[in-house]
Amino acid sequence: MDAHVTLRVDGEERSLTVDTRTSLLDALRDRLGVTSPKKGCDHGQCGSCTVLLDGRRVVSCLALTVSHDGAEVTTAAGLPGPDGRLHPLQQAFWDHDAFQCGYCTPGQICSAAGMLEEADAGRPSHATADLDPAARTPLTDDEIRERMSGNICRCGAYVNIVAAIREVGDVSEVTER
Amino acid sequence: MKPFAYERAGSVRAAVTAAVDDPGAVFLGGGTNLVDHLRLGITHPGRLIDVSRLPLEDVEELPDGGLRIGATLRNSDLAAHPLVRTRFPVLSRALLAGASGQLRNAATTAGNLLQRTRCRYFQDPTTPCNKRDPGSGCSALTGYTRQHAVFGASEECIAVHPSDMAVAAAALDAVVVTTGPEGERRIPVTELLRLPGDEPQRDNTLLHGELITALEVPPLPAGARSGYRKVRDRASFAFALVSVAAVVETEGGTVRWARIALGGVAHKPWRATRAEDALAGAPATEESFRRAAEAELAAAEPLSGNAFKVPMARRTLTAVLSDLTAEEPQ
Repeated sequence: MDAHVTLRVDGEERSLTVDTRTSLLDALRDRLGVTSPKKGCDHGQCGSCTVLLDGRRVVSCLALTVSHDGAEVTTAAGLPGPDGRLHPLQQAFWDHDAFQCGYCTPGQICSAAGMLEEADAGRPSHATADLDPAARTPLTDDEIRERMSGNICRCGAYVNIVAAIREVGDVSEVTER
Repeated sequence: MKPFAYERAGSVRAAVTAAVDDPGAVFLGGGTNLVDHLRLGITHPGRLIDVSRLPLEDVEELPDGGLRIGATLRNSDLAAHPLVRTRFPVLSRALLAGASGQLRNAATTAGNLLQRTRCRYFQDPTTPCNKRDPGSGCSALTGYTRQHAVFGASEECIAVHPSDMAVAAAALDAVVVTTGPEGERRIPVTELLRLPGDEPQRDNTLLHGELITALEVPPLPAGARSGYRKVRDRASFAFALVSVAAVVETEGGTVRWARIALGGVAHKPWRATRAEDALAGAPATEESFRRAAEAELAAAEPLSGNAFKVPMARRTLTAVLSDLTAEEPQ
């Protein structure tokens, strides 16, 4: 059964008719040619399909396209500025060699982008010692690892992934002040 | 995946009416469990009624100090809510111990409660499973039982409920508010989720077409403390082998009362009533906590592959109670 939907993908309005069974991931990749989000497990366990959906990180393999008619979708390919400059996280992944094969990287970067906003907003994680909303939680490596646990890297580039995210997390804390 | 019709519900009433009229209809929330099941071929609904945009996203403070939590609120929003963090830390902690950041951003309050077991055999349509295919047999009984139940299992099913949040909700005596074919009703979480018995295909006591609209958490006295601890194979993003949610109030070195639920050990959050009874009026010492835990775990019925859960639950429960009573509330 078909349904008509409109999405705003990486700043561009896209309309399409999809079978109701189509995941957001398949709509992006197979119907719209946006191949930055990757299909890893297709069960929500690996994080390689992570996108920002209306500004929040989600796994696009478990989102039904029909359920998100009208949504704003940002993939890793949509993160660079209009001048083509890499997003700070993309630059940091490059600088820290935070990948080997690169398959999980667009998901890692989208997840990190969403995660840093969550942390900036004072949202706690399992690694947060003090749940007090007034407490300011520093973005320690333990926090980064816990908050990024939905993204798997089978090459095992975690050490450099954490370093890349730490650098950008630190910068955003500095610019805030 | 079999074809299905899709519609977005405009109101609670419309969603319920549409579902009641169609035996093949199911509600769609965040989709993190249902979409996976559609793909795995575990379920084959003819119609999805999308309730994810219903305006049920508030956390409302009730006059008595309790909370009314909307059914479609996302797990991450609930875990981060200031009133939950300050008054019901056990609920924030349980939510934050579950799934991943991406999944918590999509999963809803009601969907979390209604998520289905991660029993490997249930999730594999090539194997017999009484929950997925009633009467086909239980593959787990003669298979790997490491993840399975040590309380309340039946000959038909030994699966465990996967939710962390539900364990906290059970310890908090939380109640779901539903709208169904017969109107509105309230069901304690401990009665919403059920033991398998001879109907393991039924995870819960909802009627077909009955929709959860809210989760209500009754207030805790100012002196009560609550916490959650989860033991799992990985440090993050794994289901519980054993978890403990506890709420306890002490006075002058004595336990006034405690409410305890165990996760990862039964087909529903397991209220440790034997431990609760043993604790009421007992000195708030590690010795009492260990005895209470022993009283509960003495009733466990472990299988060949999961006997480790018994000492694990006993120690985890003792540790949680010790932590919660380590210092008097401020």
